Amino acid sequence: MMAVKKTDESAFLSASNVTISFGGLTAVSDFNLSLRQHELVGLIGPNGAGKTTLFNMLTGVYQPTSGVIRIGGVGTAGMAPYEITKLGVARTFQNIRLFKDLSVLQNVRIGSHIHYHYGFGGSVLHTAAYARAEREGNERARDLLAIFGLEDRADDEAKNLPYGDQRRLEIARALAAKPTLLLLDEPAAGLNTGETIDLMQTIRDVKDRFGLAILLIEHNMELVMGICERILVLNYGETIAQGSPEDIQSNPVVIEAYLGEAVEAE
Amino acid sequence: MGPAAQPSGSGSRQRWWIRDAIGLAVVIILLAIVSSTIERIPIPGMAYYFRIIVLAGINVILAVSLNIINGHAGQFSLGHAGFMAVGAYTSAFFTFFYFNPYLIAHGGDSSPVLQNALFLVALLIGGLAAAVAGYIVGIPSLRLRGDYLAVVTLGFGEIIRVIVLNIDKVGAARGLAGIPNWSSFFWVYFFAWLTAFVSFRLVRSKIGRAFFSVREDEIAAEAMGINTTRYKVQAFVLGSFFAGIAGGLLAHYLAYLNPSMFTFIRSIEVVVMVVLGGMGSISGAVIAAIGLTFLLEQLRNVKDWLHLSSDPRMVIYALLLIGLMLTRRQGILGRKEIWDVMPRRKDVIPEKPDEEGEGKLDDTSGPPVQ
Repeated sequence: MMAVKKTDESAFLSASNVTISFGGLTAVSDFNLSLRQHELVGLIGPNGAGKTTLFNMLTGVYQPTSGVIRIGGVGTAGMAPYEITKLGVARTFQNIRLFKDLSVLQNVRIGSHIHYHYGFGGSVLHTAAYARAEREGNERARDLLAIFGLEDRADDEAKNLPYGDQRRLEIARALAAKPTLLLLDEPAAGLNTGETIDLMQTIRDVKDRFGLAILLIEHNMELVMGICERILVLNYGETIAQGSPEDIQSNPVVIEAYLGEAVEAE
Repeated sequence: MGPAAQPSGSGSRQRWWIRDAIGLAVVIILLAIVSSTIERIPIPGMAYYFRIIVLAGINVILAVSLNIINGHAGQFSLGHAGFMAVGAYTSAFFTFFYFNPYLIAHGGDSSPVLQNALFLVALLIGGLAAAVAGYIVGIPSLRLRGDYLAVVTLGFGEIIRVIVLNIDKVGAARGLAGIPNWSSFFWVYFFAWLTAFVSFRLVRSKIGRAFFSVREDEIAAEAMGINTTRYKVQAFVLGSFFAGIAGGLLAHYLAYLNPSMFTFIRSIEVVVMVVLGGMGSISGAVIAAIGLTFLLEQLRNVKDWLHLSSDPRMVIYALLLIGLMLTRRQGILGRKEIWDVMPRRKDVIPEKPDEEGEGKLDDTSGPPVQ
């Protein structure tokens, strides 16, 4: 799908010693991660652990106070979110941020904005380049909608979709940017068990189909443990554990962070 | 809108410019025919109606161009009269001080071709000057939203007016009289068509979609790789350009300019047209601009009909607006276009008229028929 510039060995995303402070509060401290292509990594932690803040740093919404983030080998310091998207990063939002009043199809087509290669002249004159780009974009958007089972709702306004479909549409829109790395911020939030299982399958499918690296924040342990190959646990901005799902599940530090201090057995 | 928006039918890659050239020619011919006959329509008071028709055309340009900024990109601007003033004074400056004297000196004032060419140049200079002003105002819009932006643009409009008020060369408070009377029905409606045409074309392009995304959710738009700053400024520059053209057309139609013509009340009038038509609806802006222009003129008669001592025009106007906002807040058309709310005739109006698809898209472009 995307041209693989680096070998599989080198990380597509690397964060070293990333720290951000808001005034006196250190929201994320000394975060390290290296994420290769085709990897699916989960980011978990109690509320307020700094997970979304981390996403916002990776996508350029916040600038880290210190530390270095590299995406596809490029340092992202000082880059705006739209520039980072062009490096091959797409994301969804914890609180769904669809373009509510636009159609489902329009949402996905806006997602592929960076792949329409024509300018103002093409936009006004509707040149051959415009026609080609629009046709391809339209077909691609409809293909994506089909993957998410939304093809019948293409002309509906996004706000009229059921909640679960809105979550799926957000992922479809993010994929329209043809990312190498997909950041999912609580994709299963608010979904019921059946929908969550469907979503797990969809995430696996799109990962394989598009050769994606995925970093996902999730509170739903069933989903996290079910699909993530590696998990990082944040608590108060610190990375308190990382490893395979099995390691994490039995890690006493993680259990303590989630459930409080272990009570001595009798 | 115009005939140029018709589908080309064939899937040829090279036909787009032929399609547009034919469309442009059709528009010019139609306008030429209408403009040569409309004044001779034998209706009592036709000269008066003709004047309203021309002013309505200028208002169409203003409303459609403001709709790009307010309706499509979602940036609430109250400075449209300011951009209009820049265009009006700049173009009038060139025709009044340079082009018209040149024509007279070279005995060319009998040459309509040269005169129209010079007028077009003056209009474009005025439009570009307004676009530069739009660029300058676009900069603060990077940081401001909603009400704050509205206040800044309002302030800008007033600054422009006060500056003009203090430039003696263009008449200051006396106004600038004796501007050559070069505007015509043809030019006004040509630019009205052009404004709507550009706007319609943009809506169906990545630029239009980028405008919408900025309006809907800037954070999500940025995450989609859209440089929101750039598109906001682009909307301002484009809207201002056409406002400047409208100003130039007005200057050369009235043959007189005065800073008091460009107070923020004028901006509000244009905002009302956009809101009334439906924010984001191009055809709505056109309908509201024409409708309001005629309505405001017709309301002048109410005083006589009712034998009142004072003019109730603005009272009725205000009541109508309040009534409409109470009953239909989204405006006449909401965000839809006129053909979206008309009974569907898909065989006549294709859903995606500009997709030069090989017939494949047509199968999928409409809602499922069941």
